[in-house]
Amino acid sequence: MSTETKTEAPVEQAEDRRINMIEAINEALDIMLERDDNVVVMGEDVGYFGGVFRCTAGLQEKHGKTRVFDTPINECGIIGAAVGMGAYGLRPVPEIQFADYIYPGLDQLISEAARLRYRSATEYIAPLTVRSPFGGGIFGGQTHSQSPESLFTHVAGLKTVIPATPYDAKGLLISCIEDNDPVIFFEPKRIYNGPFTGFYDKPVEPWKKHKDSVVPEGYYKIPLGKARHVTEGEQLTILAYGTMVHVAEAVAKAKGVEADILDLRTLVPLDIEAIEASVKKTGRCLIVHEATRTSGFGAELSALVTERCFYHLEAPVERVTGFDTPYPHSLEWAYFPGPVRIGEAIDGILKD
Amino acid sequence: MANQADTTPQSGDNRPALALHVPEPRSRPGDPVNFADVVVGKAGDQPRPDESTKPEDMKDLAYDLVRVLGDDNKAHGPWDPKLDPDTLRTMLGHMAMVRAFDERMFRGQRQGKTSFYMKCTGEEATSVAASMALASDDMVFPSYRQQGILIARGYPLIEMINQIYSNKGDKLLGRQLPIMYSSREHSFFSISGNLATQTPQAVGWAMASAIKGDSRIAATWVGEGSTAEGDFHSACTFATVYNAPVILNVINNQWAISSFSGFAGGERTTFAARALGYGIAGLRVDGNDALACFAAQQWAANRARANQGPSLIEYFTYRAEGHSTSDDPSGYRSAQEREEWPLGDPVMRLKNHLIEIGEWDEERQTVMDLKCAEEVKATTKEAEKNGILGHGMHHPFHTMFEDVFEELPWHLKEQAEQATRERITKFGSERPYE
Repeated sequence: MSTETKTEAPVEQAEDRRINMIEAINEALDIMLERDDNVVVMGEDVGYFGGVFRCTAGLQEKHGKTRVFDTPINECGIIGAAVGMGAYGLRPVPEIQFADYIYPGLDQLISEAARLRYRSATEYIAPLTVRSPFGGGIFGGQTHSQSPESLFTHVAGLKTVIPATPYDAKGLLISCIEDNDPVIFFEPKRIYNGPFTGFYDKPVEPWKKHKDSVVPEGYYKIPLGKARHVTEGEQLTILAYGTMVHVAEAVAKAKGVEADILDLRTLVPLDIEAIEASVKKTGRCLIVHEATRTSGFGAELSALVTERCFYHLEAPVERVTGFDTPYPHSLEWAYFPGPVRIGEAIDGILKD
Repeated sequence: MANQADTTPQSGDNRPALALHVPEPRSRPGDPVNFADVVVGKAGDQPRPDESTKPEDMKDLAYDLVRVLGDDNKAHGPWDPKLDPDTLRTMLGHMAMVRAFDERMFRGQRQGKTSFYMKCTGEEATSVAASMALASDDMVFPSYRQQGILIARGYPLIEMINQIYSNKGDKLLGRQLPIMYSSREHSFFSISGNLATQTPQAVGWAMASAIKGDSRIAATWVGEGSTAEGDFHSACTFATVYNAPVILNVINNQWAISSFSGFAGGERTTFAARALGYGIAGLRVDGNDALACFAAQQWAANRARANQGPSLIEYFTYRAEGHSTSDDPSGYRSAQEREEWPLGDPVMRLKNHLIEIGEWDEERQTVMDLKCAEEVKATTKEAEKNGILGHGMHHPFHTMFEDVFEELPWHLKEQAEQATRERITKFGSERPYE
């Protein structure tokens, strides 16, 4: 098994220090700005104001405005300038204010950042970490809710990382910033402040009540490409990432199902060993993501599981996803792959 | 269903019908050519402002044409960089070498030694002379027609040819289309092939240099056609917002494959004038005048180095050959254009200037041209020992999978193993050529 729980933490944890995901991200940035003079943080509203979600609050004041600064509303320019900065030797951490806004920067990511090491035969690299809040569940409508991760996992040369807890957000983000490859770091904004269970009509629990909000103060890393075992179970495997980890966990618990839930953490590179081991153990696999269904990352996962675990499967691999529509505003909860959709899929998989 | 493209005016609508303008070049194949609309001022007439001048106080220079070399082959006016004869001869030598190199590589492509080539005939001054005005460690972000920069910076010809042949000597491991060079050692950024993407990157590099308190500046080259890309707008915006120490060089060679400069907005204003809307210094320069090219780049470099901000320079020139080996310009433009181009040939103009000042003669020119041709020929033969495209002397197979990431992830390991199996099935051994 290559899955890791909390064994990577080298720092002793203060028992009571619980923080939310925004604070965890802010700490990771703060630590890396402190440790490495080449780290710069840039993006729309990230400087003086500290970001629309407050992830960069206080960083400009502490590290200066040539290390943490606002940018024009120009994603092509943000990513393009970051590629040039990377070629100089900096380690830029650009923020794209919403994942939905990343598209004007796609050519700079796909044709430039992702290929620079390859096309220059290692003369130049693009060690950027592009942070961006993604996913729905905050009534953001079609332009503040999308989950475009599969656009990036399809690109050779990009890594895609998605944390699901404050502890992971900090350790993964530090790994991403230190990584010499370009990384897309999608932050599930629905769970910035608390681990959403998908039961939207119930009160939201803050991170303070969740075990994974205990975050060490100092520097620590979580390696990219290692999944996290959320719960151990024999009945079925659930593969999820971001917000959907918590929704899947809550649904399994509510149904009394013993699920082997893997939080993938990194989509590229993927922890295929953990996936294979889990599915071979349970013989059943459900994939859950919030993104649209067709050509979503679930299709890749489904293919991999089928190719590698076919003779261990006792039921067809199932996907629970968002619908193939734009993210609707008023019908957000009808779109969201919530407890009903996941519950029915679990029932179907466990039927025979 | 409602017809969304309903073109019928509502009854009673008496507003005039609109008409779409689709630009047309001044001539098509077989047409007579008339360059009367190209206004060429007298060399030396254009003022040279101080490098710290505000963009709005020098805006006429975005519409004028900075020229140094006159019809009398003498250098005129305040933009004369007053280069010593040795430097002028070096400049001429680089330009002659670029031309000889282009001739040979073009022929090599026609002989099947590689898949693709792009000449810069007629535009040599815009890369050779301009880059000679920069420090050798100033970072350049070129487009695909700036081979003159590499030659001026002393990049070995054999490395260029190895790259063009994608052979086993190619430092880029045969991964890039021919002429998409990269040389960190020569502060020459990896050429993309996607257009104008290098422009915001150059600005980012310049910003980084400024963040670090470095003294090096960045310069980028982009064709007038690709200034239409959003990336160029991004570059100008970032350059002006952060006062980046960067030079944006726009090579207006009149043609983007078969589309004339009108399709990038060139019918209505100059490309240098784009600078004014951003608050960037704009200069429009005779791109076939090597001294003007040098002087403009030097002016912009001084400005950037003194923290006075970015510049946008339009080099007004003419693409004397096709876009690349893949197109035939006789299919879309008049062959007369090249003959009647009012700004002449940059190599001849510099040569004639050197002769005029008594520092050169036809005999030495002939010897130099011959030496260039011979050096290129000999180097080509040397490079061919490393192989030519498609004849098997490429880099080892596994290099295809390397450098996608810093470390090889499991899925690429699996795919590399598959590629090796396929190779053994096809050839009976993993490396049939070794």
